[in-house]
Amino acid sequence: MKSVVKQEVLALNGDEAVAFAAKQSDVDVVAAYPITPQTIIVERFSEYVANGEVETEFVCTESEHSALTACLAASVTGARAFTASASAGLALMHEMLFVTSGCRAPVVMAIANRALSAPLNIHGDHSDTMTERDSGWIQIYVENAQEAYDSVIQAFKIAENTDVLLPVIVGLDGFTLSHTLENVHVLSDDAVKRFVGTRKFINVTNHEGRTVPFKLDPDNPTSMGPIALPNYYFEFKRQQEEAMKNALKVIQDVNKEYAEISGRSYGDGLVDAYYVEDAEVAIVCLGSTAGTVKAVVDELRAEGVKAGLLRIRTFRPLPVERIVDTLKNAKAVAVMDRSMSFGGNGGPVFHEVRHALYDADKHPYIVNYIYGLGGRDTSPMQIRKIYEDLQKILRIKRVETRVQYLGLRE
Amino acid sequence: MQTEAEWKFTAKDIAEKPDLFLSGHRACAGCGPATVLRLIMKAVRGPTIVTNATGCMEVVSSIYPYTSWAIPWLHTAFENAAANASGIEAALKILKKKGRSKHEHVDVIALAGDGGTYDIGIQALSGAVERGHDFLYVLYDNEAYMNTGIQRSGGTPLGASTTTSPAGTVIPGKLEHKKPIADIMVAHDMPYVATASPYYWRDLLVKVRKGLEVNGPAFLHVFAPCPRGWRSDPAKSIELSRLAVETCIFPLWEAVNGEYQLSTPSKVFALAPQKKKPVKEYLQVQGRFRHLFTPKFEKLTEEIQRVTDERWKRLLKKCGM
Ligand SMILES: Cc1ncc(C[n+]2csc(CCOP(=O)(O)OP(=O)(O)O)c2C)c(N)n1
Ligand code: SF4
Repeated sequence: MKSVVKQEVLALNGDEAVAFAAKQSDVDVVAAYPITPQTIIVERFSEYVANGEVETEFVCTESEHSALTACLAASVTGARAFTASASAGLALMHEMLFVTSGCRAPVVMAIANRALSAPLNIHGDHSDTMTERDSGWIQIYVENAQEAYDSVIQAFKIAENTDVLLPVIVGLDGFTLSHTLENVHVLSDDAVKRFVGTRKFINVTNHEGRTVPFKLDPDNPTSMGPIALPNYYFEFKRQQEEAMKNALKVIQDVNKEYAEISGRSYGDGLVDAYYVEDAEVAIVCLGSTAGTVKAVVDELRAEGVKAGLLRIRTFRPLPVERIVDTLKNAKAVAVMDRSMSFGGNGGPVFHEVRHALYDADKHPYIVNYIYGLGGRDTSPMQIRKIYEDLQKILRIKRVETRVQYLGLRE
Repeated sequence: MQTEAEWKFTAKDIAEKPDLFLSGHRACAGCGPATVLRLIMKAVRGPTIVTNATGCMEVVSSIYPYTSWAIPWLHTAFENAAANASGIEAALKILKKKGRSKHEHVDVIALAGDGGTYDIGIQALSGAVERGHDFLYVLYDNEAYMNTGIQRSGGTPLGASTTTSPAGTVIPGKLEHKKPIADIMVAHDMPYVATASPYYWRDLLVKVRKGLEVNGPAFLHVFAPCPRGWRSDPAKSIELSRLAVETCIFPLWEAVNGEYQLSTPSKVFALAPQKKKPVKEYLQVQGRFRHLFTPKFEKLTEEIQRVTDERWKRLLKKCGM
């Protein structure tokens, strides 16, 4: 696909790419608190503010809880709001994640995915965002710095779509992406500004029976974030679920629209299928690991092995139909989880994918690999071993161990 | 900006001014905080946004699909009223700069109870004040977590019986003193801090207006009796608001740019100390202090008197009296 606008190539790490995208997206309020490996995002953004490169109110809060609170409050006042965090910071925000989605505030937050304590560990894994999967936020996991840049821009457009009005997390793997330099193609400021557009507001009926925009506006008073008793609360939650369903389409549309101006797209926006449609052995994973898996798939294909990869890009809302459809020819599937669900039947991605396949016509063998916790490296050799395990399962026609740990000392 | 002389908070003006905190809310009869809110809203000066911490006042005023708020109002959580205000103020500032707000200025008021201020909310409050956001923070102090059933807070006074500091056979209610929250706020070097009581309603309204007019953060600590939690007569809430001042348990003062000044209702007792009433008069009409009037625990009333006198003396010194 050809890009219709001129692009520049910058050497940026994932965090810098995120900050650059936020800068170009004409964000009104950024409220944030530093934490490794996200800190570079806040630092770069502070520099933009200090040098007058952005028209943004930057609120350097005293905690992540206040950072997200301030973003939420700014958002319902009519501003476009952005924040970034990771690990303990996201955990401290936990309460406010639910409040933000419940208030239907389209805040965008980049998470440089990192392990949770204890023991203390600053390196990459998905424990932080997986813990928030039921918080009502859209979750997009990116493969590289380029996608981090592109996804942050897309996130504003998805979040603020009036059929959606949900907050969005863009997750990039800590250090692997956050701190690694890449060549990133960036659009012009104008192109991004035009693409993201200005915030639109839905209308609601206020206490006076008047139709007013859904925001805090002294001319059109509304009460936001009220208490709802058992007679109303449930309906609010059902509407959030409806918005998630709407997001499935909006994410695909935005992916397409973005491709038109940038020449870049990520599968259909929901899943990124790599040689998976005719694959017999398939890996399902999230995030930067997909890059390693793709390299191994290339090797295996050259050797005549029908290997494939399904990268779930949008984990919330979960593209169930796309997952089922993409894996319809796979005979053995390995799902990779970069976090644990202690005491569960495997990791969270495994739960979701296996569950999605329950209604499929054909049921592949399916196994789970927990990997990369606390930043442990995952090598192409290990990925190759997973495919070999899958081939073995096809040979012996049974699963010997359902949940395995990759690269672990036992 | 109006001058103090133009505020005209006379009883007639107040009565004529439309309510912005509307009737129909679910507060208990005689609820001090509800009276305080109604009064405060009479002092707003123009477009205003209110944000409320979780607690009695949020719960009684916003039961969906009803609301008592005639002006834009936001609640998000318990510990973050000041962070809400930070976000609202930041948004208003940039939207105005970018030409997306038609208002020259919008006032922001954050409301929270003692739990939401002394305890769980102090971090967000301290941070917001340090950052210098332009907002008025109103603490309505009913001296316990009332919404959740009368549990102790850092604002609960010595000897009060609450459900987490119950008066037992061995322990006489809360063993710790009330945290000097307003002094803590003065220590932030903020432009305006004041205490107020609904009995002295004009003093309260003037202080609200002063807090709004200040450029930067302002903090107002308002005494607010809760008949439910204090086990007091609902008809006596306003009387208790007077007694608290007359006993110097809750003196009224303001600190403009850190300069303490006694407010008129309290000045009376500085100039004529003989008028100062014993704390017993205040304590004995409240069920939460009932056990202090039994032989076993009666020494505690002396301790309360001692600490009240000591804090009063210190305040007078700060006020240069
Ligand atoms: C994080 C959190 N912890 C606890 C609660 C439960 N809670 C709700 S209101 C409240 C007490 C409020 O007390 P206060 O601030 O004094 O206000 P009041 O109810 O007395 O008006 C508590 C403990 C909560 N909502 N959120
Ligand atoms: S419990 Fe107290 S503060 Fe709460 S509504 Fe009743 S009287 Fe007011």
